Amino acid sequence: MKKLIIALLISFASTSVFAGSHSPCGVTSGSINILANEFTTYRIFMDEVKSCAGPDADFNVTHSVDHNKLQVAALSANPAEFSAKLVTNGSITPLMNDGLIRPLDDLVAKYGSNLNDNQKITIDGKIYAVAFMANAQHLWYRESILNDLGIAVPSTYEEVIAAAEKIKAAGVMENPYAGAFKSGWNLGQEFVNMYLGHGGEFFKSGSAQPNVNNEKGVAALNVIKKLTELSNPDFLTQDTNAVKEEWESGNVALMHIWNSGAASLLDDEGDQNIKADTRLAPSPTVGGGNKPATTLWWDGIAIATNTSDENAESSFRALVGAASSTDLANNNPNATVWLIKGYTPGDTAGPVVDAASRGTTPYPSFPHMSLMHGALSTELVEFLQGNESAEKALADVEAAYIAKATEQGFL
Amino acid sequence: MPHRTFFWFILPTALAMILFIGLPIVSSFFQSLHIENEQVLMEVENCDPFGCTTNVRVDVEATEKIEAENPLGRFNGFGTYTDRNHLAFDEIREAWDNTSSIGEFKDIVLNLPFYKALLFTLTFCFAVTPPVIVLGFIVALSVNTLAKSLKGLIVFGTILPMIVTPLIGSLVLFWMIDSQGIIGASIQILFDDPNLSLKASSNLTWITLIIYGIWHNTPFAFVVFYAALQTVPQDPLEAAYIDGATRFERVRFIVIPHLYPVATFIMLICLMDNFRVFEPIIGFSAEGVAQSLSWMIYQDLRNENKMLFGSAGATSMLTILGIAFLLTPVLIRTWKEFKTER
Repeated sequence: MKKLIIALLISFASTSVFAGSHSPCGVTSGSINILANEFTTYRIFMDEVKSCAGPDADFNVTHSVDHNKLQVAALSANPAEFSAKLVTNGSITPLMNDGLIRPLDDLVAKYGSNLNDNQKITIDGKIYAVAFMANAQHLWYRESILNDLGIAVPSTYEEVIAAAEKIKAAGVMENPYAGAFKSGWNLGQEFVNMYLGHGGEFFKSGSAQPNVNNEKGVAALNVIKKLTELSNPDFLTQDTNAVKEEWESGNVALMHIWNSGAASLLDDEGDQNIKADTRLAPSPTVGGGNKPATTLWWDGIAIATNTSDENAESSFRALVGAASSTDLANNNPNATVWLIKGYTPGDTAGPVVDAASRGTTPYPSFPHMSLMHGALSTELVEFLQGNESAEKALADVEAAYIAKATEQGFL
Repeated sequence: MPHRTFFWFILPTALAMILFIGLPIVSSFFQSLHIENEQVLMEVENCDPFGCTTNVRVDVEATEKIEAENPLGRFNGFGTYTDRNHLAFDEIREAWDNTSSIGEFKDIVLNLPFYKALLFTLTFCFAVTPPVIVLGFIVALSVNTLAKSLKGLIVFGTILPMIVTPLIGSLVLFWMIDSQGIIGASIQILFDDPNLSLKASSNLTWITLIIYGIWHNTPFAFVVFYAALQTVPQDPLEAAYIDGATRFERVRFIVIPHLYPVATFIMLICLMDNFRVFEPIIGFSAEGVAQSLSWMIYQDLRNENKMLFGSAGATSMLTILGIAFLLTPVLIRTWKEFKTER
């Protein structure tokens, strides 16, 4: 045993000494073309990527909230439209399904000496992505409003609903709660959170057969329904960015959105009184469960299979340079929870760390999960509008999923 | 025209049509008969910042091998056409057997994605087209009476809604009808209801989309009518004037009969255009309450996962059939008129 530990120590030491000889930054050859989601933290990250790539690099980045819809088509082309993609544990599966991202072991060995081991996303023994941040949705509240009405910070959704009702009844706000309920991916995600919070499983064990039309699913939908009744009546058109605007306009006292929202909610723009009053809290539990009703996410970098080795290497160098930049992390400690070596967590990291320590489930990475998420995105709307029952909506979800999964060859 | 001359005359057009319209349709049809190959799954160990777990993933190599042997996928016949997300034969049969009233049956059918989309598409088509023709005609008549110096400017202003890209136009309106936008806020004050939101209820969203459709399409009808108005013969108009016909009578008995074929043409184009309504749904973020056939195709091709080519192909074929079905009466009418004129 002792020998093994010594051997391991030596191997670690040697990797860091010899493999770290290549500095990733200052790219001069190949072209870098990145597809990424659109939110403030990614912008901050991309600024660092760009400065790491250096002035001589051929550097392009496309930020789009539709990145999930674009990625498979864009990376399937050969040569691919983008050399790299920022992925999450949700969006990596469709890319893995089609073999559209390449193993990074050799590049990590060459340029990744400053990475933490837990940044390396390993699938079947190979590194397919390098994570740089962790994210989760959690509760945000306006301290003064809760204090004025003598409401304790809610730790369950039942308390959230009671608190919102109290704020509404007191006439402080018309629609005190907000969440990203926009029909489409966002609405699907709200159900994923709430269903996992109730301890639900999306598929019958060991198969791709759907499993959402049950008591837990109905309970999850009913909680979502109650929350939407306390939200802006336009909730079906509001995504995370729209919810953040509502918050900054002072229309909302409680919301459940991404931790990375801190980057724009707590910056120096907008109403500073609201900013000073904004507090972060752990994600609530629901229905007597012990896990918070949210999901854990990592965001990372992945390199396209269908791009030249030269472009792959230069893209990886610029991205990994940022993903191992201690300065980036410590200059923006509140932009998100960085996974970067040497990062000292800021004030806003608490809820994500809390979620991880309480055993929150990471977003499911089944190959057929995105089909389930797609079915949830479209079939729940009628229930929230009061046009059909929860059971009917969930039966529709399962039927829509089965039709799609059959066509895709999963069933 | 001798057949030989006609043949050489039409050949370039026909070739282009076969190449750019015919072949893609055949290819889509072929796609729609196939579904993806079976995905081979395998168990792997995944490690990420939150720990290591055993998970399933697609065995890319094995799946690629099947793909190479069978690049089109599995033949499914008309299976995709009849599945739940399209014509849903099984579901309809079941609903027919298990429901006691027509209302109940209707509810179940209109809850199926294809029929839900068809209902909106047809409603949009038939609610937008008639007002477009009437409004386009009225606008054309009014502009026609303007002084020459004003006409250019007014014509430009009138066709603006058509010039604005549909997506941009609908986004602009989307923000205007927001509860804090100028139209949304005014409506709230007008009806004295601070919770009134055009985006929240499905009926109001449909009405908004229809009004947008009318706003966007009227300029087209206007332009065509306006051009046609320039061809109205002046002699009968003057004769009618001398005979003491009022302005209304002159329009009713001389202008309208003259413009009748033009109106049929506009109706044809409008029905066709409106049947593939799509951009306003995206622009107004109305996916939740209003889906059209085109939106279904978009959804299949812009799925979170792999594109559902078979499904999109099937919906496309059904859309083509739908348009053909819709236009048949108009085409028959035109053909009859054409024959009598000879």
